[in-house]
Amino acid sequence: MEYYMKNKFIILISSLVFALFSSTSAKSESITLGWAAWDPANALVELSKGFTAETGIDVNFEFVPWPNFADRMLNELNNQGKTFDLLIGDSQWIGGGAVYGHYVKLNDFFDQEGISMDDFSDATVYAYSTWPKGTPNYYALPAMGDALAWAYRKDWFDRPELQSEFQAKHGYDLGVPKSWDELYDMCTFFQGREIDGQVRYGAAINTERGSEGITMGVTAAMYAWGMQYENPDKPYEMEGYFNAPHVVEAVEFYKKMYEDCTPPGHSDAYMGANLDAYKSETVAFQMNWYAFWPGVSKEDADGRVTGFFANPCQETCAATLGGQGLSVVSYSDKKDLALEYMKWFAKPDVQAKWWSLGGYSCHKDVLGASDFVDSAVYAQGFLDSMGIVKDFWQEPTFVELMLPMQEHIHDYVVNGKGTAKAALDNIIEEWVEVFEADGKL
Amino acid sequence: MSKKLINKARGLSDKAIAWIFITPTVLLLLAINIYPLFYAISMSFTNFYANKIGKEIKWVGLKNYIKVLGKESVWERMQITANFMFWTLLIQALIGLGLALLLNKKFKGNELLTTLIVLPMMLSPAVVGTFWTYLYNPQVGVFSYIMNFFYNFGPIDMIGSSVLAPWSIVIVDTWMWTPFTMLICLAGLRSIPDYLYEAAEVDRASRWQQFIYITLPSVLPFLLLALLFRGIENFKMFDMVVELTSGGPGSATELASIQLKREAFEKWKTGYSSAYAVILFVTIFGFGNVYVKVMNKIKDR
Amino acid sequence: MLDSARSPAESSGFSRKIAATIIIVYTVVTLIPITWIILTGFKSVDGAITYPPEVFFKPSLEGYVNLFTTRSRQSQEYLDSLPPPDTWYEELVRSREMVIAGPSKFFGRYTNSLIIGFGATFLSVFLGALAAYAFSRFKIPLKDDLMFFILSTRMFPPIAVAVPIFIMYRKIGLGDTHLGMIILYTVVNLSLAVWLLKGFMDEIPREYEEAAMIDGYTRMGAFFKIVLPQATTGIAATAIFCMIFAWNEYAFAVLLTQFNAQTAPPFIPTILGEGGIDWPAIAAGTTLFLIPVMIFTVVLRKHLLRGITFGAVRK
Repeated sequence: MEYYMKNKFIILISSLVFALFSSTSAKSESITLGWAAWDPANALVELSKGFTAETGIDVNFEFVPWPNFADRMLNELNNQGKTFDLLIGDSQWIGGGAVYGHYVKLNDFFDQEGISMDDFSDATVYAYSTWPKGTPNYYALPAMGDALAWAYRKDWFDRPELQSEFQAKHGYDLGVPKSWDELYDMCTFFQGREIDGQVRYGAAINTERGSEGITMGVTAAMYAWGMQYENPDKPYEMEGYFNAPHVVEAVEFYKKMYEDCTPPGHSDAYMGANLDAYKSETVAFQMNWYAFWPGVSKEDADGRVTGFFANPCQETCAATLGGQGLSVVSYSDKKDLALEYMKWFAKPDVQAKWWSLGGYSCHKDVLGASDFVDSAVYAQGFLDSMGIVKDFWQEPTFVELMLPMQEHIHDYVVNGKGTAKAALDNIIEEWVEVFEADGKL
Repeated sequence: MSKKLINKARGLSDKAIAWIFITPTVLLLLAINIYPLFYAISMSFTNFYANKIGKEIKWVGLKNYIKVLGKESVWERMQITANFMFWTLLIQALIGLGLALLLNKKFKGNELLTTLIVLPMMLSPAVVGTFWTYLYNPQVGVFSYIMNFFYNFGPIDMIGSSVLAPWSIVIVDTWMWTPFTMLICLAGLRSIPDYLYEAAEVDRASRWQQFIYITLPSVLPFLLLALLFRGIENFKMFDMVVELTSGGPGSATELASIQLKREAFEKWKTGYSSAYAVILFVTIFGFGNVYVKVMNKIKDR
Repeated sequence: MLDSARSPAESSGFSRKIAATIIIVYTVVTLIPITWIILTGFKSVDGAITYPPEVFFKPSLEGYVNLFTTRSRQSQEYLDSLPPPDTWYEELVRSREMVIAGPSKFFGRYTNSLIIGFGATFLSVFLGALAAYAFSRFKIPLKDDLMFFILSTRMFPPIAVAVPIFIMYRKIGLGDTHLGMIILYTVVNLSLAVWLLKGFMDEIPREYEEAAMIDGYTRMGAFFKIVLPQATTGIAATAIFCMIFAWNEYAFAVLLTQFNAQTAPPFIPTILGEGGIDWPAIAAGTTLFLIPVMIFTVVLRKHLLRGITFGAVRK
């Protein structure tokens, strides 16, 4: 009997706690915004306090950690869930959002409120807002511009003894690398080198297997070697483009980087692990998104320790696109409030504050301001990068396209299985299957 | 609560009570286990995608099954799973039985030690997987650090190396679940009546003979039962490995259920993944049946 | 007496010493990871990623503060413009040049775990006890087949049935709800509960209830007043196993819940700090998450071994 008393007690307590919870969350005017859990999201919380002060509408936030971000949010959308009124979704989701009707089409709203897409940087509108790509059909407002870039240990680079040693070895100055070849020289130069009594390594690069990590890393090299996913004249024809010899070379190069430049155990690393490797002073370079640079540079107020640079060129100049647009979820019951938030967010003064808090505004007024370039050490790099960004497939089926890429690239680069050409061939084979099932081929 | 029920139930026949008691369990099992199973079987003959709402569902016959069984990658994952199961079960059987035999010696403090040894089993497998990525980190992790105490291996990259990664998941699973085998074996040992040993003493059997002819046969059914449960669990293994290696490097530790999850919940190929799931289920069901039969035979002997 | 002294249960002092030594060594080794988890919870974020790993360090509550809050980094000027911090945790966060943006989801996820874990444990033990009693006492057609059917449901891989359950739950509105998860975990645990508890019920002499029924109890009354208290040991052991499963389950939780009913296991691994992975916060979460199930087990510890013995013998 005592056992049953105990359980009754437990049920009583849990139902009490439950009641407590459901009563606090029931507020009259509030909207819920979903995004990934990272630095800029916390900045957005700060920023949105202004919206609540102005309109009296509370903004609740649901931030999902990156490794689960796509999984969880796309589940919610597929479920036609009403959890979110607003969603800052990854750039690749725009196709699915539009085709499956998850996102509200914003053209009428933009016209009515006088929001012009011409006020936002062209590359970001193309990348974050439009579907089909490049047509004036808008499903999101560019919210967070982002691209893959590099940070390096400026204080190590500045040491005269290292400079002269590097000069003697390679015949040019140790500085911001102008190509992937130079990047490789510098990475190997630092690999295993003892600095201040501790062994250091070359670079922390993306190698993560589970979500999108290694794809977002290897494409930085592939784009720089001039990779194209498909025949520009004949969509979805990938043979001879995606697996062209120069693309194979880029993938081989990335493997060489992984083998010769990364610290031990850097086999499943993405944003967090790269930052950790860099913060613990293990590596000379880290590859990461611009979104993290405010955090990195804030720890280094006088700018002596860390420098930043855009993705180096090789055959051509290009950078892997990150970043997200702000969309209204079509299953929401509070679309009007959500649109009100969007209207507020698009205001130039809010956009300016967004940048100052650590978010990457895509508004031309902010990017074009005379003091923009001087407002942060990485601002110029950001401008340069956003002009040359390229993105992964944005098809509605992009997850199906991402998975084989993750598997085969990781299998080749980290696991050392097969050849780069075989990996790319395998990817194309699975992609063809996906496009066939989708009726595109 | 019981008062009310008692009043209501006054006068109910035994037969009625029997059905009242069993029905909720059977109904729940039917609704949550059997219905989904049949649903999965029927879906496995279609080209259904759970994320494409409104798309016409077509009957495709055995195509999904042929596709699954024809895929080289599926057979690779099966092999990876079999490897994982073989080594975890073998090691856990040996260590678990060994520990149980030692603990059965009833020394001072063995209650407390048993409780401490059982602790890893109580952690969440997903959390265990996450934390071991930290412990395994060759730079800052404590695993590499401790190993280098014994011999100067240099940094040990457990998760990144295709040779070591399969062992990394075996080690964690063994750490976590050996206590389970141990507990069940211990229960078996404690259930051996003393008079068997007393009789053996009378027959002047040596300690070794007592172990071979009394202890081992008595504890074997328990060990086999523990391995059955562990086998079923490890065939379904998902959470710990996903968090530890996400199936990498490449797909060196991608167990069948991880691949299944990716097909079902990331690619949303519901039809195809249902066929895959049915194949996995039939496999474990078949092996389980044979195993139980063998186990019962051993028990009867 | 001399004879029984040589039986393994009461072996010589020397072999007992060796056994104790080996067990203690194993215990120490097996506890290293757990100790490390608890220690890491008291490290600072930077202190957790030093090389080589530190065993002695200045303890910090940063991990626990980070576990319960979300924070944003701010400039020194902004921090200076704020009124002085009211609480020790605000002070700690400010010292890292950050401000607290709000509470984290951990508390909510933890509460979900409590509701779902205890709810499912209670329900599966309760329903399991009813069914076990019926199987133990009454003549039921196809009894053995029914029992095997109940056991076989344990063999389904969660991922295999997750898709249909996902679709079914979506249709009937149980997706991402506490009730849905309680029902699901109850069902997964039922097979174990019925099998274990039937073993115990079989051990309780029928004469007890029969005597009670002669005294005027109904069959139902006799079950609740006489049989259940007698089966406390079995109920406790069953509850431990059900609890360990329901408390720690991950696959269903990650696939079927999103934001309302998500439990802590899918949440803890994904705690990120500022950019990097926040190991102290993950360790703190793990430690806090271990406590309830540990207490539950320690409280019911005495019944654990007996529970297994009975259940296993019956099979």
